[in-house]
Amino acid sequence: MATNRAAHAEDSFLDIKRTFWDRLVYAGQFLLRDRSGIIGLLLFLVVVIAAVFSPQLSPYNPLSQDLRNSKLPPGWVEGGSWDHPFGTDSLGRDIFSRIIYGARVSLTISFFGVLMAGGIGLIIGTFAGYFGGRVDAVIMGVVNLILSLPYLLFVVFIAAILGRSLLNVILIFGITDAPLFARITRGEVLRIRELGYVESANSAGARWDRIIFDHILPNLIGPLITVATFEVSAMIFYEAGLGFLGLSVPPTVPSWGNMLSVGRQYLVNAPWLATFPGLAIMFTSLGMNLLGDWLRDVLDPRLRRARK
Amino acid sequence: MQRYFLSRFIQSVLLLFGVLLLVFLLVRVTGDPARLMMPREATTEEVETFREAMGFNRPVLVQFWDFLSKAIRGDFGESLHYRTPAMKLVLERLPATLWLASVALLYAMLVAIPLGLIGGFKPGSLADLFGRLVALSGQSIPNFWLAMMLILLFAVRLGWFPSFGRDEWKSVIMPAFVLGLPTMGRIVRLTRSSVLEIRSEDFIRTAYSKGLDPRVIYIKHVLRNVLIPLVSMIGVSFGYMLGGSIYIEAVFAWPGTGQLIQLAIGWRDFPLVQAIAVFVSVAVLTLNLLTDMAYVIIDPRIRYGD
Repeated sequence: MATNRAAHAEDSFLDIKRTFWDRLVYAGQFLLRDRSGIIGLLLFLVVVIAAVFSPQLSPYNPLSQDLRNSKLPPGWVEGGSWDHPFGTDSLGRDIFSRIIYGARVSLTISFFGVLMAGGIGLIIGTFAGYFGGRVDAVIMGVVNLILSLPYLLFVVFIAAILGRSLLNVILIFGITDAPLFARITRGEVLRIRELGYVESANSAGARWDRIIFDHILPNLIGPLITVATFEVSAMIFYEAGLGFLGLSVPPTVPSWGNMLSVGRQYLVNAPWLATFPGLAIMFTSLGMNLLGDWLRDVLDPRLRRARK
Repeated sequence: MQRYFLSRFIQSVLLLFGVLLLVFLLVRVTGDPARLMMPREATTEEVETFREAMGFNRPVLVQFWDFLSKAIRGDFGESLHYRTPAMKLVLERLPATLWLASVALLYAMLVAIPLGLIGGFKPGSLADLFGRLVALSGQSIPNFWLAMMLILLFAVRLGWFPSFGRDEWKSVIMPAFVLGLPTMGRIVRLTRSSVLEIRSEDFIRTAYSKGLDPRVIYIKHVLRNVLIPLVSMIGVSFGYMLGGSIYIEAVFAWPGTGQLIQLAIGWRDFPLVQAIAVFVSVAVLTLNLLTDMAYVIIDPRIRYGD
């Protein structure tokens, strides 16, 4: 009997009766069973720590140039020195320090980008999904138009028009990524709206604002957090791509994309300039993807069963 | 079915209108397209002359009507840099990009679908592990960075492949490999999860209990259903590749539209950028239309509008 109940409880993570603490313990237990989830979380934490404590962790000022020591190879390569573990770039700046500061730039862009895209998408998607009808048709028409376009091409196009600044990069991702969140939100709202408890709230005379805030929004958090995790990883990619083409943050900012762009010019003679920022992106993205997979398993029991 | 095709076609025309409107508005977001397209050091008189010549001083609606009516005939004005019709330049470059994206998509499918099927039929096997590794690396490795690393290894050090251009048949191998990688990862994941999902459906159990040959079940019952999400995924992927090829074309100096748009941005040649954006979008919209039609044909359950 007891085991039966435990088996049942496993599938009801979002059960209303559970307290926040119970849910946390449950998530922790699930994490311990999922090795790749732990790896993802650790990678993510390393990047967050690097971003938060960049000034304390980096041995040099990421902007200070030292032309006499330019293009020094990494410490373990002949001719390199452990004073600059990852070597120096074309202007003699310490690559290790720039990688650490780059985490700050990448996380700032992707965090605020996702926050903005998620916020806009949530509002639009809830509105379209809940009220339906002609409003829904028009909104989803625009959303589907944007989603069916060659995304990266338009991002480059818009970035070229707006010019290079941190705010512009966040705005571009925040706006162009919003349709994705809108579509997912709308789908979930449509599903939740038909569930029994929403119907009973309706028949009990609850107003639309109460139904949206008390009954629909709490159930959107799970899927949206999962998507947000994957989109953080995607935006780190997009920033790197824009930086690579010289369209991201201003060239003086030590972003991983800007570093790749410089590294490309010295690819043959000083390959470490391009190698390390790429590894940093890979490291971060791997962490976010593993974390996202794990979150999806925890937050959505329906998918877990299908995955096995 | 015909009614569905017709409404889907009308929808595509509306989408095309949306693309044209978007492309028209984008160069005007900063408020002054003349300033945007002129070099920063241009004097006020030069900008005014340019504004006059381009007709940017007319009412916006008149300008849009002009843009629209010319665009429908394929006229996007002259490239500011080359002084030749923008459309001609794009059409010269489009085949190279389409070729690159097609090779990338084809190879990604050929590798990913079998991996995903094996993974779905035998979860936990060695092949499944490999497939999941491919999927994860496709998602986590920035492909234009991988492109640079491959150039270092295979072009600079080993000399097996050319590092840039499109002069020999071997040129397409490295760009197509890296361009296809993210898509390959997504196809593996999708195929694997749909096989897993469909295998646990009731009609599969029924098929087994009827005593059908497992091979027949795999091919007739599972595979057919796996095809449905795959077809739409492939349509989306192709659009993604046409956009993503910008970075890959940059690394390999591949003479396609992606490289052209980069050059055009550098020259502030926005009529050319607009033409590229429209043409690539039209290619994507056409493909989406075709995949949606394939969808109806593959899946007999869907009888839109009938």
